[in-house]
Amino acid sequence: MENYTVYVPKIITKKENFAPGHRACIGCGEALAVRLAFKAIGQNAIVVNATGCVEIFTSQLPYTSWRLPWIHTLFENTAAVASGIESARKAMTRKGIIPDTNTKIVAIGGDGGTIDIGLQALSGAMERGHDFLYICFDNEAYMNTGIQRSSATPFGASTTTSPAGKASIGQFAWKKDMPAIAAAHNIPYVATANPSYPFDLMEKVKKGLAAKGPAYIQVLSACPTGWGCAAELSIKIGRLAAKTGIFPLYEVENGKYRITVDFPKLLPITEYTGLQKRFRHLNPEILEQIQQKVTEKYEELKEKADLSGCCCQAETEE
Amino acid sequence: MSKRVGIEVSIALADVVGMANTDVVAAYPITPQTHIVERLAELVADGELDAEYIPVESEHSAMSACMGSAAAGARTFTATAGQGLELMHECLYVASAMRLPIVMAVTNRALSAPISVWGDHSDVMACRDTGWIQIFTENGQEVVDIALCAFRIAEDKNVLLPAMVHLDGFHLSHVIEPIIMPEQNQVDDFLPPNKYPFLLDPARPVAMGDFAPPAIYTEMKWAQEVNLQKSKETILKTWKEFADIFGREYKPVESYRCEDAKVLLMTMGSYSETAMTTIDKMREKGDCENVGLLRLRLWRPFPTDELREAVKNADVLIILDRALSFGAAGGPVGMEIKSALYNVTNKPKIVNYVGGLGGRDITVAEFEEIIKKGIDIARNGSENEFEIFGVRE
Repeated sequence: MENYTVYVPKIITKKENFAPGHRACIGCGEALAVRLAFKAIGQNAIVVNATGCVEIFTSQLPYTSWRLPWIHTLFENTAAVASGIESARKAMTRKGIIPDTNTKIVAIGGDGGTIDIGLQALSGAMERGHDFLYICFDNEAYMNTGIQRSSATPFGASTTTSPAGKASIGQFAWKKDMPAIAAAHNIPYVATANPSYPFDLMEKVKKGLAAKGPAYIQVLSACPTGWGCAAELSIKIGRLAAKTGIFPLYEVENGKYRITVDFPKLLPITEYTGLQKRFRHLNPEILEQIQQKVTEKYEELKEKADLSGCCCQAETEE
Repeated sequence: MSKRVGIEVSIALADVVGMANTDVVAAYPITPQTHIVERLAELVADGELDAEYIPVESEHSAMSACMGSAAAGARTFTATAGQGLELMHECLYVASAMRLPIVMAVTNRALSAPISVWGDHSDVMACRDTGWIQIFTENGQEVVDIALCAFRIAEDKNVLLPAMVHLDGFHLSHVIEPIIMPEQNQVDDFLPPNKYPFLLDPARPVAMGDFAPPAIYTEMKWAQEVNLQKSKETILKTWKEFADIFGREYKPVESYRCEDAKVLLMTMGSYSETAMTTIDKMREKGDCENVGLLRLRLWRPFPTDELREAVKNADVLIILDRALSFGAAGGPVGMEIKSALYNVTNKPKIVNYVGGLGGRDITVAEFEEIIKKGIDIARNGSENEFEIFGVRE
């Protein structure tokens, strides 16, 4: 781990396209994920931002945290706006109105803006095959409006609209499997990532950018405010999300599954849930139910990866 | 010299959008807009128009893709109607506030429920406060001319606003009319290339659509309002230059046989043609005082000065609305005209009818009835200054 300070500056650009000085909460995993993603993206990109935490904490007039061309219009339409930009540049380049610069279109949104209200626009844009990268920064609820549940909120989590109570375990449904929905569009690249694994995240962003056609990356972004954990635990919680198999890190490249950070043996999910207030009310039976589901889903994923014939790259931990 | 040809109005409109060398069309099909976008898709498929046609999955995405396209600097067109315009609703405010010069044709259609694919102005009136330039047309020639002008107005550096061209669904969109199509060189001379000044470009990064705290929101909205009001100067200038080249002149409020008339009828859109015929016939018969017709062409920005000038000698103004404003004091156009005239000292007595809903025809005989009833109410006084015309009992 100490060697990172020696190697990291050599392999990661110091250039920040996502400038410091924004208004994210302390310990925000999403801000870190955005920063890393945009280090990988570089300067030749146009950013399309859905309404949500990132849009709000980076854009209050007259300031901006963006050193790239950036546009925000509405909540649910980000993929459609990206389609328009991509098509416009395609037509204008072909007609000689603008030079051919191979500029990348990157759409970003939260889990609500992507998996709930923005799903239709995203599905349409993926189906039409626009050449763009969509990154969903998934903090598993509507955090910007005050921690309301979304379809990406995990089973059992207490939120302000799925509160735990005498007659409620909290979130009553299982997290929607959006990467699978994206993959079902037969797009060239789908991946999951997490800023606690920065190189994995950046590598995937680069692959997503390089793919010809739509790419979708879902980045689990720890939210100390919404998850009820200590701000300094964001990175650790991100790591535990992968190590417990709750949020596995994998990619689907041209239909082939590959687990990019695999663990010979998964940790029990309570290592992850125990650090967060949103799960604190859960009794052992519910936790066992979650454990079973996580194990089952991870096995399914492994099967898909095995069927794809991709070797798993095992991650060793300090 | 351009020749007059018989052509369906929707096709003529699509063809002129093609002649404008549009870069991006993003559209979702809805009756009665379909012929416009089908024709555009065909022009692109046949290589006659070098553009990207984005077959989006909803009108919300149509307008969203148009916003992205316009922000990237492309000449951008879409078309919709009725429910489609309503689904776009929240996007419309954003397109205008972000100064994105999109041109949209709206084949005006009634709103559900009950579902009706036929024409009226319910869709327009629900969008009157969205900050778009909105222009009504009455016949096929006007559709072609106004659409061509709309690109130039919207993209003018002093304007940079989206513009709607309104044509009545079916009554105008689906009829075959004699239209003088412009020559390509005339279009090229009249319409300069789109030079959007703030386009999304990594060489010159801009941030568009930031969030505004209370300290700045009012000023931004004020600037938007000033800009929309000021766009009238460019609209008038563009129409004048259009007249110089093409010989057809357009005004915010058009008058027909108003010089000697104390009684004026006011209409918008395709029903104005029937209204003109009615006025001619009534004058021929001579069994009623002389009536003139005002046609409101420019709906936004609202032409207050031109309206006041047009009605200054009138005693009676009969306004025909083609939409209801449920529970309100009158029809949407009627209320707006009353409001524009309220502080004028010598103003006409106003009678407001709502008619032609959901594609219901208003015949010459019915227009005559509206006019005569209106005169009677205005001259003799009545409580009934607002009425839904033609309700079957």
